[in-house]
Amino acid sequence: MSPLLAVKGLTVDYHGMHNAERAVDGVSFSIARGETLALVGESGSGKSTIAHALMRLIPRGAGSVSSGSIAFEGQDLLALPEAAMRAVRGGRIAMVFQDPMMALNPVHRVGRQIAESLLAHGKATPRTAIDRAIELLTLVGVPAPEKRARQYPHNLSGGMRQRVMIAIALAGDPALLIADEPTTALDVTVQAQVLAEIAAIKSRLGMAMLLITHDLAVVSETADRVIVMYAGRMVEEGNVEGVFSRPAHPYTRGLLEATDWEGAASDRMREIPGSVPNQGEMPPGCAFAPRCAIATERCRIERPSVERALHGGGVSCFAAGSPS
Amino acid sequence: MTDAVAVPLLEARDIVKHYRVGGLLGQKIVHALDVVSLSVATRETVAVVGESGCGKSTLGRCLVALEEPTSGILFLRGAPSRSILSIEPLRFRRDVQIVFQDPYASLNPRRTIGQSLDDPLRVHRMGNRVERREQAEQLMLRVGLQQRHLDRYPHELSGGQRQRVAIARALAPGPSLIVCDEAVSSLDVSVQAQIINLLRDIQKQTGVAYVFITHNLHLVKRFAQRIVVMYLGQIVEEGTTEEMTARFLHPYSAALFAAAPKLWRGGVRPRATPPIGGDVPSPFAPPSGCRFHTRCPIAQDSCRTVEPSLRQVAGRTVRCHLAE
Repeated sequence: MSPLLAVKGLTVDYHGMHNAERAVDGVSFSIARGETLALVGESGSGKSTIAHALMRLIPRGAGSVSSGSIAFEGQDLLALPEAAMRAVRGGRIAMVFQDPMMALNPVHRVGRQIAESLLAHGKATPRTAIDRAIELLTLVGVPAPEKRARQYPHNLSGGMRQRVMIAIALAGDPALLIADEPTTALDVTVQAQVLAEIAAIKSRLGMAMLLITHDLAVVSETADRVIVMYAGRMVEEGNVEGVFSRPAHPYTRGLLEATDWEGAASDRMREIPGSVPNQGEMPPGCAFAPRCAIATERCRIERPSVERALHGGGVSCFAAGSPS
Repeated sequence: MTDAVAVPLLEARDIVKHYRVGGLLGQKIVHALDVVSLSVATRETVAVVGESGCGKSTLGRCLVALEEPTSGILFLRGAPSRSILSIEPLRFRRDVQIVFQDPYASLNPRRTIGQSLDDPLRVHRMGNRVERREQAEQLMLRVGLQQRHLDRYPHELSGGQRQRVAIARALAPGPSLIVCDEAVSSLDVSVQAQIINLLRDIQKQTGVAYVFITHNLHLVKRFAQRIVVMYLGQIVEEGTTEEMTARFLHPYSAALFAAAPKLWRGGVRPRATPPIGGDVPSPFAPPSGCRFHTRCPIAQDSCRTVEPSLRQVAGRTVRCHLAE
């Protein structure tokens, strides 16, 4: 069976003042129906740009997809006319962002905003839309949904707003939910509630999810597979258990060690020296080489490609042992 | 660390902080801090954790006398801060410093790092221009930056480097206590570990104490000797990191730490703990009785009516009728 989403060689450039900046560099992956794939990385890794490229939301003047293909449910999204793309966006592919206050309209009641999304995707009639909106609020765990539907975004807490955003995302009956740092702005107990809610809805609706996060612990608890991004490139991918228990790339190892807070309070933390390279000072070889403890001369000159790793996934590193 | 005889470095006793919010009509009072006491010893790291609205940042601002408490007294080495501040304000400011979450907001974008770093040295009359430049250079080296960074502007540095500058500026007058208010929260994971190690190294060299305000619970386990858990303006539990992480006595502390996602590095996959329900109630109208009773899994009738006071249980302080 063909995957729900297949991305091949995706490359995105932003038009800088003087030169193009490569935000995403030749990234390939696929997502099966019902699967959760996590994209992890630090700032500037290109993980959010990938999401925007999938939704064709990169502003025309700011940047563009330079090469690659995006196949979703048998359609080539990059070749789709804008009108058809509009039906996919918010329909079969929905998106939830970090800050629901930015995405919700402050002057409309939340019930109406969910109803609008239902109507736009032909999932309800003007008569049934509000009832269906209340059903969706119930589905995402909003208590007293009839009352909440009549409230404005500012009446709601951060966790409730994010649930409303998820309800709007579900309105179009999506096969794929792109969640970009959906719980980063929430308190930790509320984050746990929203993640549990998303997991329950996913299994109930059989929806696939692309989870974008910087938090490897969130990935541990929610994802089936993971892609680790660094400076616009994919450094490692595989199932979460394989990658997290036997990381093959030194960057993945470093990230895991920096996130793993188990250990004595007196110990020094393992750290990755330096910081993510700025665009324009990207090294010619492996992007991680300047911060890598085991980098060789070859790493500084030649760029590694993604090869099969011992854990069965892929890794982009000359030093990682390949299965023999 | 908490020697009964020794005078604590900084002690906050029964701090209350109310804010008036709103205009003439419908003026409301936020109970940001409701009788909070805390003491910090030299060379100690105390973590203050809690969710939004718990008052942890207000406490931090009261500790460094950026906010005047509505009532309660702050003592620096046994002397009331109010009298030190009225006679010798610079002495208090020299001793107690603060580092904020966003170094980009606390550094003037139009002044070089060197100019920003010179301010505290000049204010505290720490030598002539040449001597101050030498001290600034020394400070840069101490926080892992180079002398050349003094002539840069904030936008030319990475987030981690800017936070190092903020730490250098806090260190400039030679403080004995630094309040770190979410000081690493906006940094990339790999950089967080660098800053934590830096803070730890500085503590080893100078004996500086830290009050580490954070919502990042994993970090606390590795960094602090003592943990203070706050909920809606009150301390609900306080104890040594070792005792606390072995077993929490207050149901909120337990729920808070259980809600933090766990990293999975092979073996049995950690299952997300069923989260506690509800949101943090509004600090405008905290619940009657125990403030946590609306979300508490073990609350009884008395919890709804009788407010628990802080009491000693198994060598620590806890605000719960049922803790034993």
